Amino acid sequence: MVEKVYHYPLWIRLWHLANALLCLALIISGVSMQFSEPDRPLIRFDLAVTMHNISAILLSINYLFFLVANRFSGNHKHYRISEKNYIGMLLKQFRYYTVEIFNGGKASFPVSADRKFNPLQQFSYIIIMYGCLPLIFVTGWAMLFPEIIIQDVFGISGLFITDLLHIITGFTVSFFLIVHIYFCTMGIKPSSLFKGMINGWVEVH
Amino acid sequence: MRIFHWRRGLLPIFALFPVILMFMSGFFLAGQEPAGDKTEAKSQFFDQNEKCFRCHGSSKYTYYNKVNDKEVTAMMCDNRVMRRDEFYAANHKSFACFDCHAAEYDTFPHPGELRMENPYNCIDCHGNDEQYTKYQFEEIEKEFQQSTHYTANGDAFNCWKCHNPHSYKINIRNSENITRAISYDNHICLNCHSVFERFQLLTDRKEINLLQKHEWLPNQALHFSQVRCIECHARLNDSLLVAHRIMPKDKAVKRCVECHSQNSLLMSSLYKYQAKENRTQAGFLNAIILNNAFVIGANRNILLNKISIVVFSITLGLILIHLILSRIYKKRV
Repeated sequence: MVEKVYHYPLWIRLWHLANALLCLALIISGVSMQFSEPDRPLIRFDLAVTMHNISAILLSINYLFFLVANRFSGNHKHYRISEKNYIGMLLKQFRYYTVEIFNGGKASFPVSADRKFNPLQQFSYIIIMYGCLPLIFVTGWAMLFPEIIIQDVFGISGLFITDLLHIITGFTVSFFLIVHIYFCTMGIKPSSLFKGMINGWVEVH
Repeated sequence: MRIFHWRRGLLPIFALFPVILMFMSGFFLAGQEPAGDKTEAKSQFFDQNEKCFRCHGSSKYTYYNKVNDKEVTAMMCDNRVMRRDEFYAANHKSFACFDCHAAEYDTFPHPGELRMENPYNCIDCHGNDEQYTKYQFEEIEKEFQQSTHYTANGDAFNCWKCHNPHSYKINIRNSENITRAISYDNHICLNCHSVFERFQLLTDRKEINLLQKHEWLPNQALHFSQVRCIECHARLNDSLLVAHRIMPKDKAVKRCVECHSQNSLLMSSLYKYQAKENRTQAGFLNAIILNNAFVIGANRNILLNKISIVVFSITLGLILIHLILSRIYKKRV
């Protein structure tokens, strides 16, 4: 029988919606700037710059909101790794996604009232939320105020290193987005998890 | 007990990330800066020139006034002061003052009518001279005569307005430091365009606030320090290293993509001299710009682009395979 757990309160859903839209705007404008061509612009360069800057400022505010709300709502417990055999758990989850899922096997770490994320989900969210996003914010804000960037780092332009880090992290976040969307089709029904992020209720066995 | 504390576990990896990248990027970097002029030869006319520098080499000078039998110290007009160090570092450092100035300047007070003489222009000495072919003075002259400076002012605007023959030195061709070369070049423009006293010598226009005029330019300070005014304000000429056809303001480059794209305009202007090192297939596109700055859209790491395309293709491929397998096995189960 399918039960429902209220995993996504309103603040998470609103934060997630803003996060998704702003990340999309940043990826599209970022790609447009990185591969800008006079004859076939995805978005006109100056518009792409403005779009990227405004979205980035809003995303930064949204991220600060996430940090505070996550801490005080207690949701941060889902981002803590406390299990002893965590690497074993990651491998088990990986095996589920690559082998067992095809044989109708049951999820090793199913969603429950206590467990919101499976280990792979948790690990990737931690990397993105507490690794990639801070790095992309720091490098992005530095480029918004380039005068604060160290001009020369061992003979290499500091701006260049900052930009390269920003682009590589941006690429990682884009890569995450694709995988994230695909894995969100692996609920009880392909649409279950998407619905859950809209109404807050996640279907569980 | 926690066996893996994510903050302790991941932070060192992220801390090392920039360092690894720094070394990797060093591997990709290409381009060399040309060697500068290290000549320190003393001019053979040094002693002869000292007769002039004794007065014109500083902001004050002393002379003997025969009329009242007194030694007088007076201020030298700013535009008559020639600094020795600048002159002996400049292109014309091997010259005697009298190579260009009339020998009658030897007397003091200088005869007044000498001031009315026309000074030489660059083309007077450098034109049609095989020794200077590579600098293409004739082409520069043609371009200059089509520039807004010349069309608006005629002969009142000559080479000297920008290139002071006492202090000018070849810049972009010999520069070891491109940022310094940019600053030197922009200083030539700002010498008039940001100093109203000099600006109004040629025009009746009101004072222009350059910062306000360029307010539309994102990261204004960065642009001002990393590119020359002429990148946007002069029309490129393929056969010239430095464009001399300064255009009216409404013809200035305003489209960001002119520089921020694969075929960056900067490669034909600011980095033209070093552009031979351009387009290293394994490293960065427009690698030469990287010596100085990272121009979004112009610098693309070809390897990074390839890696990103491969990773995205593999990801999409794996997702597709996963999806197909899921469908097949779902039916069986």
